[in-house]
Amino acid sequence: MIYDQILIRYGEISTKGKNRQFFVDKLRDHLRYILRDYEKIKIKANRDRAYIVLNGEDWEPIGNKLKKVFGIQSFSPVLKVDKDLNSVKESTRELFEKLHAENKTFKVSAKRADKDYPYTSDELNRLIGGHLLKHINGLSVDVHHPDLELRVEVRRDAVYLTCEVIKGAGGMPVNSAGKAMLMLSGGIDSPVAGYVSMKRGLEIEGVHFYSPPFTSVRSKEKVVDLAKKLAEISGRFTLHIVPFTEIQQTIQQSVPENYTMTITRRMMLRITDELRKKQKALAIVTGESLGQVASQTLESMFTINEVTNTPVLRPLIAMDKNEIIKIAEEIETLEISNRPYEDCCTIFTPAQPITKPKLDRAEAFEEREDYERLIEKAVKGVETLEIEAGKEPEQSLFENLF
Amino acid sequence: MIYFDNSATTKPNEEVLDTFHKVASIYYGNPSSVHSFGLQTEKLLAQARRQIASLLNVGESEIYFTSGGTESNNLAIKGVANQFRNRGKHLITTKIEHPSVENACEYLKKDGFDITYLPVDENGRIHLDDLKKAIRDDTILVSIMHVNNEIGVIQPIEEIGSLLQNYPKILFHVDVVQGIGKVPIDFHKSQIDLATISAHKFHGLKGTGALYVREGVKLTPLLHGGNQEKGLRSGTENVPGIVAMAKALRLAFEDFNQKRHEMEKIRDYLRHELIKIDQTTINTPEMHIAPHILNFSVEGFKAEVLVNTFSEKQLYVSTTSACSSKRNEPSKTLLAMGVDQKRAESSIRISLSYENTIQEAERAVKVIKSSIEKLLPVMRGSI
Repeated sequence: MIYDQILIRYGEISTKGKNRQFFVDKLRDHLRYILRDYEKIKIKANRDRAYIVLNGEDWEPIGNKLKKVFGIQSFSPVLKVDKDLNSVKESTRELFEKLHAENKTFKVSAKRADKDYPYTSDELNRLIGGHLLKHINGLSVDVHHPDLELRVEVRRDAVYLTCEVIKGAGGMPVNSAGKAMLMLSGGIDSPVAGYVSMKRGLEIEGVHFYSPPFTSVRSKEKVVDLAKKLAEISGRFTLHIVPFTEIQQTIQQSVPENYTMTITRRMMLRITDELRKKQKALAIVTGESLGQVASQTLESMFTINEVTNTPVLRPLIAMDKNEIIKIAEEIETLEISNRPYEDCCTIFTPAQPITKPKLDRAEAFEEREDYERLIEKAVKGVETLEIEAGKEPEQSLFENLF
Repeated sequence: MIYFDNSATTKPNEEVLDTFHKVASIYYGNPSSVHSFGLQTEKLLAQARRQIASLLNVGESEIYFTSGGTESNNLAIKGVANQFRNRGKHLITTKIEHPSVENACEYLKKDGFDITYLPVDENGRIHLDDLKKAIRDDTILVSIMHVNNEIGVIQPIEEIGSLLQNYPKILFHVDVVQGIGKVPIDFHKSQIDLATISAHKFHGLKGTGALYVREGVKLTPLLHGGNQEKGLRSGTENVPGIVAMAKALRLAFEDFNQKRHEMEKIRDYLRHELIKIDQTTINTPEMHIAPHILNFSVEGFKAEVLVNTFSEKQLYVSTTSACSSKRNEPSKTLLAMGVDQKRAESSIRISLSYENTIQEAERAVKVIKSSIEKLLPVMRGSI
């Protein structure tokens, strides 16, 4: 065991004033949740820093999990030592021995949060650096590109030593900003929209429209897999699967081809809004990016959005496809989204969808059928899946095989 | 019967066979088929991959299924050679590798690659200094086995991995076929880029294996076709074999320390008893060794004669490795360790599994002793 704790530095939380405790609590709860399998550790979250006391656990697997946690600016595995100078010196020597520092280059960066400490940062740098140079073979100083940068942080309670600062995911703690419904198609954009919303602390539930036999079980599976990826971020993810076949068939039979897409979107938004009410969420998130396809022109969005007053959040609206793909790659959803199965948006795509749909015409087409009844039926038939990170619902079916 | 030839192959575990049979008869859909029946099979495949990855402490995207050790070794070595031939054409391996590593390298030699075979010392281990000296600007791969199949010696994999960190252009392949489930190894910690495993060495079935490929490492495939295994290994997946392998690996890792301890006890008992026989020399060193392999020579006897004699009494052991023994060559590992030709020709390998017992070892010692006594007068003049 080289390190005994992980020190966590908050991101934006530290700019909060009176309600800071609320965000810190959210972060702590989430840390407890995602690290629940590590029975030995203790999690302490103060106003300025959080600490994970390892009690013998290996820090690296925990560190890998922390990299994905929103609300963390950076973190470091640390060794907590007594503030007495001699013990600090000795501990740094032991730490360097364990890190195989022979023949490497290093620098010391001391920082004092406790200004009453009898040595200044500069003095500490020199005292500790000198001690290490004397005791570690072949060690030399390089202040520009050191192999090891020893950070010494003097705080009120103790001195913390570390050689690593790992960048966190930034953002705000999970579920600290209220709940929204995400329209999750299976494409590249919607999971990314979900991810960036979660990064700002939104709690997200997914809504997927499923049209068997026009779309296969594989396309549903694809969405479940995307939901699993999002669940890795928040720990849990609720996915609503809406039976959409009947509505799509009705639209195909009664709406002129160039307006089918517009009407379909309006129905999807209405159903999502109904589910939002049921789930007590306050907004709808979509993966729309301006001008990407016919449904994402400003005219289309205007006509589609008209069905509800609920805020529709479009976090990707001003992003280029390449930027979206880059994020999808980072969060490992790109490979899943690229699976070649049709979803309900692509299966009935008209040859020439209208890019500037008129609201009054859309409304007139909708008069022809009793959509209210169909929407009610679809909402009633929703299948809701509670997905927990790292758990496989089908595992039990195959259990004796493994 | 006493089966002491577990490095050649192991007996498939009953539960593993049961899994194979169930998957083959119930979930026979093609995982690539669109329908939900195919999807079931794909899920089985995914779960097997997850289980194997988690037992090996690697990412599930880092596991690629193959037909076994030979294919995985070939894929690793030729895959790297073909992918990075413009970067350099020099490979480093050792003198004691399995033929599927050695001969893949020899094949590449004809293609203009240069191969360095590292020597081993009298204990069968390579020296890091030799490796360091062998590295050149055009070296693209170092392939070194974990546990040697003939004498059971363990190579310093973690040290090699850490040394190779100084050479970011060199990939590190490890043949862990003999070690898996017997000697702990952490692919990530040892900085391994590619690792070969084979199911039938841990009570799985023949024809199934895997190659671990560290995230980000690109290889040129050997087989082209339907792009299964992300294009690295085309061919409809052997799902029953793969699920069976996942189970076999789980069982091998269950009570791992206890199993290892049991095998060590049997091995040490055999060493202790065999050394008492006048004609025997133990070839397996005492340090850095796997729990399941013991190699010894019987002076004045051709190994093959002894193996035949033992098998009449239903004690099954090997001359050298099963893969080389057909060619009737003496153990190349022993020769590389500096053992003389005669002693190498009379070497016998006992290899254990967690299913063997100390009672079997006691009976085996009796068979070995009586066989030597019986043959002694005949053999004296012949060698």
